Amino acid sequence: MNTLKIARYQLRDVMRSRWVLVYGLFFLLMTDALFRFGGSGERVLLSLMNVVLIAIPLVSVVLGTMYLYNSREFTELILSQPVRRRSLFFGLFIGLGLPSSTAFLLGTGLPFWAHGGAADAGWGPLLLLLGTGVGLTLVFTSLAFLVALATEDRIKGLGYSLGLWVFFTVVFNGLVLLAIYMFSDYPMERTVLALSFLNPVDLGRILLLLNFDISALMGFTGAVFKGFFGSGTGQAVTVGALLLWLAVPFSLGLRSFHRKNF
Amino acid sequence: MGMIRVHELSKRYGRLQVLDRLELEVERGRCTAVLGPNGAGKTTLVKSILGLVRPESGTITVDGEVVGSDPEYRRRIGYMPQIARYPENLTAREILQMIRDLRGDPPETDMSLGEALRLEGELDKPFRTLSGGNRQKVSAVLAFLFRPDILFLDEPTAGLDPVSSATLKDRILKEKAEGRTIVLTSHVMSEVEELADTVVYLLDGRIHFQDSVASLVGSSGEVNLERAIARRITARVVA
Amino acid sequence: MPTDRVGTAWPVGLLLGGLLILSGGVGPLEPATHWTDQSPSGQEHEEVRADTVSAHGAHEGHHPAPPMPREETFSGREWVVGPDGDETTITAALARAEDGDRIRVQSGVYTETPILVDRSVELIGEDWPIIDGQGEGSLLRVEADDVRIQGFVLRGTGVSHVRDHSAILVEEKSRCRIEGNRLEDTFFGIYLARATDCLVRGNQLRASGTRESNSGNGIHLWDVDRVQLEDNHIEGHRDGIYLEFARGAVIRGNTSEGNIRYGLHFMFSDASFYVNNTFRRNGAGVAVMYSREVVMSRNRFLDNWGSASYGLLLKEVQDSRIDENLFRGNTIAIHSEGTDRLTFRLNRLERNGWAIKILANSQENLFESNDFVDNTFDVITNSRQNPNTFHGNYWSQYRGYDLSGDGRGDLPHRPVRLFSFIVERKPVALILLRSFFVEILEVAERVLPVLTPEALVDESPLMKALTGDEPWA
Repeated sequence: MNTLKIARYQLRDVMRSRWVLVYGLFFLLMTDALFRFGGSGERVLLSLMNVVLIAIPLVSVVLGTMYLYNSREFTELILSQPVRRRSLFFGLFIGLGLPSSTAFLLGTGLPFWAHGGAADAGWGPLLLLLGTGVGLTLVFTSLAFLVALATEDRIKGLGYSLGLWVFFTVVFNGLVLLAIYMFSDYPMERTVLALSFLNPVDLGRILLLLNFDISALMGFTGAVFKGFFGSGTGQAVTVGALLLWLAVPFSLGLRSFHRKNF
Repeated sequence: MGMIRVHELSKRYGRLQVLDRLELEVERGRCTAVLGPNGAGKTTLVKSILGLVRPESGTITVDGEVVGSDPEYRRRIGYMPQIARYPENLTAREILQMIRDLRGDPPETDMSLGEALRLEGELDKPFRTLSGGNRQKVSAVLAFLFRPDILFLDEPTAGLDPVSSATLKDRILKEKAEGRTIVLTSHVMSEVEELADTVVYLLDGRIHFQDSVASLVGSSGEVNLERAIARRITARVVA
Repeated sequence: MPTDRVGTAWPVGLLLGGLLILSGGVGPLEPATHWTDQSPSGQEHEEVRADTVSAHGAHEGHHPAPPMPREETFSGREWVVGPDGDETTITAALARAEDGDRIRVQSGVYTETPILVDRSVELIGEDWPIIDGQGEGSLLRVEADDVRIQGFVLRGTGVSHVRDHSAILVEEKSRCRIEGNRLEDTFFGIYLARATDCLVRGNQLRASGTRESNSGNGIHLWDVDRVQLEDNHIEGHRDGIYLEFARGAVIRGNTSEGNIRYGLHFMFSDASFYVNNTFRRNGAGVAVMYSREVVMSRNRFLDNWGSASYGLLLKEVQDSRIDENLFRGNTIAIHSEGTDRLTFRLNRLERNGWAIKILANSQENLFESNDFVDNTFDVITNSRQNPNTFHGNYWSQYRGYDLSGDGRGDLPHRPVRLFSFIVERKPVALILLRSFFVEILEVAERVLPVLTPEALVDESPLMKALTGDEPWA
């Protein structure tokens, strides 16, 4: 109960600061522009894929870190009331996760609705993209919470958040490619697939690839990829892993929040 | 029997031992001032009792209830933090409403302090536009809003203008007269002398001494509390 | 290249399309003498197309010869087979019939297989009589010229590893017409060997083969001349349509889908023409091998997925045209190996894994005015040298601009991406597809190419696609 009350006020606070509006407008203008210049819903989805995989983790992790630092006073205020820390943590998470997700959903969804792009591309791909976007929003929000709770210094915390983003979006894949070349004498299929599970951005990417590039993925000769990509199992496992990426940092954050001194 | 009992309370921040097996008993229906030099652990002690700070070891009981994961005991506590900071985009009225919400809309709330402090005109402005003094007033109103049995006031008059300061002090005295338990920290000794019954002096994470204001001033032969305390500390150190 | 090339090619396509649609709209019971008119090799086409092909010379007159006109041979005599008919078995009716007679077979199950059709008759099923081989041998063996088989349900052929048991077998005969039959779970469906001037039209062939070894081809042509396959639907066979040594075949309006191996398998078959067919979800797509002077137009190659799966596999094919086809959702839309002097024009290649995989032993092929839309990889080749020409195509991956406003990008487009090279060498790297890291690598390669072939470049990329979303639907 208290979770929802807290979330409601936190939501009001967040909505009054402009960033969530700016964030939503960013998606709105981008999607609309893609429709105007790019054409079909299919194409727009494909272009949005990169935005979802790069911009959402960046914005979510940075905003999440700043948000938690800025909620310090609010936290103190609430915790001196008869409220459980758990309720407050959930409230804070919803207070940020909900508006960011909504901004993304509306910003992307409205142009699709306005341009009739969903009918053209099919609801499946659109919903998948929206779902993946929301998933990554929540994953990186909980990672941001974890960083902000572990680091007292705001500048440092922001630095770690950015580092996390660079690592997951760029460095990680570079290392994977390096590994592929270094150990090219060994069968790497299983390893590479397993490595992808260590990166939520990769999970989101694979989920979208399964939809947009399945014809290319099915060209791979190895049995592991084929078994994984070619069946519903691959999609289910990927979604499961993404949920795990949400659950683990979130519960670590909750634990740290429990022990934290305010 | 004490309203608040603190037993063997220890807290460290990194290498700094802020509270060191501290023992304390706060009497029911009285006003206790927690004093000590900067960094002595006053705020940490208050925050530990409120559950904001997680101590390493020790137990705290509030009216017989052990402070743990159940936050219910805080229903009876009003807290005025040292620095009043709130969500910047909400208004004071919204914050008051939110806290009321969180406490399940108790029928009896007390806005009289708000009226006395002439806060009415500031209630609908976003927090970020409020002056330090006005924020402090909101903080005070919040602490007294639910007529709590126990009040924690961390530097309550800091940043207030003289008129508001006097209004607040009157209110504190009134609450004391009605039998509420009050824990106060302050740097203004005249204020402590005016409000408190008992002084607890913290030094290096322990209680250096605990005595009633009357006995402190009376036995020392000094003209006021400030002098009496200074004398008491130097005496201890010399001894 | 003159810049007005596209401007002229487009009306050409429309004209050709209009003619084909006209020719395809003829009812199934039209007399067979119309064949010559329906043949898509009318003189107008050749004239129009001559200029589009002349870039490579050598093409004039390579269209298939028309099938021989079938003479009207009906004698006026009819035999009825059925419980209340002249005979109760088809065999008995055949024994009494003479050349030119018509045998009408009423509904019922006929198990007298194999039936030898040894005289020039019309076998017409009424209300879908069933000829059931009960798992033994072939069903109908045509051993005379001018035989017509229409309106039967054919099922229960034998399955063999040594004999090609089939529903209808025509060997060394001419002018057969096989129309509007339903073939259910036959081993081979319609088998034409050394036959000439036959028409196979409007048949439904449905098998549920699961392995190549226990499944035969739907329509199997071997060493035939001027055979026409039209509006057939083939599903679940080994190869949907198989042609070997077919000269002057016309394959039009067929749908071949869900076959285990190829939707169309086409070998040593010169001067053949296939148009308006749909090949969908076949194990390995369509293969055209060791043939020359082939025309492939307005076909749809859809959703052929797999590691050895192609929309169109071209191997050792020369002097042929691939025009106005739609390739969508294939793992490899066009795989070209050892092909020479082919022209690819006005094809739409959309959402394929690899749009074109062209090996360096393919030479002097021309890719012009095609649309490359949202493919994972547009072009891949195995060498930095590439003796083929890409000119004036639309590439959705093109990032250039058109300040001059002539509809063509001011910067050349290099369709071969670095990442496709990486994937070619380390297939497992495919998992990094569309990752930010790979995008960065691509940009670096674009600025300073070290791996991708510099020669393979479209100097004049189009700014807008030429075809719509559903061309030739």
